[in-house]
Amino acid sequence: MWLVFQKEIKELLRDRRALFFMIALPLLLFPAIFGIIGYFSAKAVSDADSKVLNYGIVGEQYAPDLASRLEATEGFDVFSIPSGADFNQHIKQGDVDFVLVVPDNYNQGSDLREQVKVELHLNDASLNSVFKRVNDIVEELSKSRQDRAFALLNIGETRQEAILKPIVLEKIDTADKRESLGESIGGMVPYVVFLLCLAGGMFPANDIGAGEKERGTLETLLISPIERTQIILGKFMTIGVAGITTALITISSMAIWGIVLSQGMAIESVAEFMGQIGGLDFVLMFLMLIPVAGIFAALLLTLSMYARSVKEAQSYMGSLNFVVIVPVVLAILPGIDLDGGWAWVPLTNVALAIKELIKGTMDYFALIAIFGSTVVIAGALLAFCVYWSKQEKVLFR
Amino acid sequence: MIEVKQLSKKFAVENPKKLTEQERQDPRLKGRFFQSVLDVSFQCAPGQVLGLLGPNGAGKTTTLRMLSTALQPDGGQVLVNGVDVLEKPLVARQKLGFLSGSTGLYGRLTGRENIEYFGKLHGLDNETTRQRIKELSVLLDMESFLDRRSESYSTGMKQKASIARAVIHKPEVVILDEPTTGLDIMATQTVLQFIKRLTEDGVPVIFSTHHLDEVSELCSHVTVIDQGETRFNGDIDAFRALADNSLNDSFLSVLADQSANTVSSSTVAA
Repeated sequence: MWLVFQKEIKELLRDRRALFFMIALPLLLFPAIFGIIGYFSAKAVSDADSKVLNYGIVGEQYAPDLASRLEATEGFDVFSIPSGADFNQHIKQGDVDFVLVVPDNYNQGSDLREQVKVELHLNDASLNSVFKRVNDIVEELSKSRQDRAFALLNIGETRQEAILKPIVLEKIDTADKRESLGESIGGMVPYVVFLLCLAGGMFPANDIGAGEKERGTLETLLISPIERTQIILGKFMTIGVAGITTALITISSMAIWGIVLSQGMAIESVAEFMGQIGGLDFVLMFLMLIPVAGIFAALLLTLSMYARSVKEAQSYMGSLNFVVIVPVVLAILPGIDLDGGWAWVPLTNVALAIKELIKGTMDYFALIAIFGSTVVIAGALLAFCVYWSKQEKVLFR
Repeated sequence: MIEVKQLSKKFAVENPKKLTEQERQDPRLKGRFFQSVLDVSFQCAPGQVLGLLGPNGAGKTTTLRMLSTALQPDGGQVLVNGVDVLEKPLVARQKLGFLSGSTGLYGRLTGRENIEYFGKLHGLDNETTRQRIKELSVLLDMESFLDRRSESYSTGMKQKASIARAVIHKPEVVILDEPTTGLDIMATQTVLQFIKRLTEDGVPVIFSTHHLDEVSELCSHVTVIDQGETRFNGDIDAFRALADNSLNDSFLSVLADQSANTVSSSTVAA
């Protein structure tokens, strides 16, 4: 078995395509994705913030302070809209980015007897920061009116707060940061890891099963003085190791590049979050991954040994993706946890257990049962794979 | 010495609708089973080269696959120097060397690594493997390319490396399934030279072919299989004597005799 395993690994490591898909792609793809998304999002936000906004103002005569503040603020260019004109048309034509409509009671509200509503008309379909930038100015004016009124009424700062917000509901989260963050991202981790584990095993599975048939090397191997079970086990181990390696490389790549590319607070929160997950939890997550990789390796090898050609194997494996994706996606859905019958659904239970481990809320006894049942499933699938791959009707189709 | 006695093998037909018209007409098709080999017997002694002949679909490859232990016979017996292939397949495999025209090499391994791998699978230690590769590389003139990846080999280089791989463990019997099919003249010559050397060393060789000139050049004995049964078994002179003109005619006369027998049996039955 080890002889077959060593040879398969040697061949795998010499295959540039396999190395590209298993190592280079995960190492380069994620930084590239992070980088490109980060760059374009940051650029879009920065463009929206620095864009010069053309605006029109209707009822300017009622709000000279607002008009002058807008005019004085950098990044705002006034556009005069003829009285009685349809300003929506100007927005549509792109003459202006927004139009402010000031009501005639604007000044009457200066002593806070009534609320003033200024309308901001804009096309809000695409990314922009019009509301935020205009609101900053309006808020400032609003605050100064408020301060003036409180000063006039001689109301102290404490009472001001009480008047503005008589009752405040304060939320105190008993969950620590790990649990909260784990709940939101914990479901994604097994999803990504499982699919990568499957994808990482696919290439070698295709090559060492159907590929060997196609190249005519399988028959020679079958008539070597080594038990067929040993041959299958050697191949199974290769696929399993390739799957786990790809998953680990990708996850490490995501983690490292995520930290490198994130800024300021994000580094601290990620580091803090990672720091809270103990070494034991990482080990347990890795252990849980082993029987999962075993399940995938057995399924992939079974399909690959059955296929007459690499092309046929690829089509079978494509369908396998959909079979695997369903139980893993279930684990991401809200409300699905290990308390219900989900603890008995293969793959879903492991995904949920990994999520719990990330959150730090795993019941370790339940983990033993999940691990045990997954090992049994992996063992059963491997036994079937060995039986299947020894059948003449499979080998000599 | 290899002895093949009343070998038989049938395969389940997965989808009868996919059978060709010719396959449907084949008398070996019985319900959902196709009796590929019905009754094949022959033997090959040390130093003999036995040519296994037969039309396409006669059961030659199935027979050779059973001899090589790739397939398990439903009936009959194969003895390799007294070892029953069915009872002790692992022991038998150590005594057999197998090569076919469609056998491939692991492209990402060098020729040397390919041969080493099979040496190790046959239980050879490193030193013996190294020594054998050295002998074979001189014998087959492989030194110039042995350490290159085999994906870059020409057909002839591939066939030389395949030969070395098949005999790395000094097999007691060598089986070749159409080893020259698809090869150019030079590569074919390499295979034929290799068979001659084996004969000189007293190794029994069984090889299936469609090229009767190769049979004429190499074989001491001939077995003709048709529709899964042995139709002729004898030495090359007896085979040659079946027709006056050529081995082609001898071969056709064996098949024609059988056809005549089949026709006369059906007439009697009717």
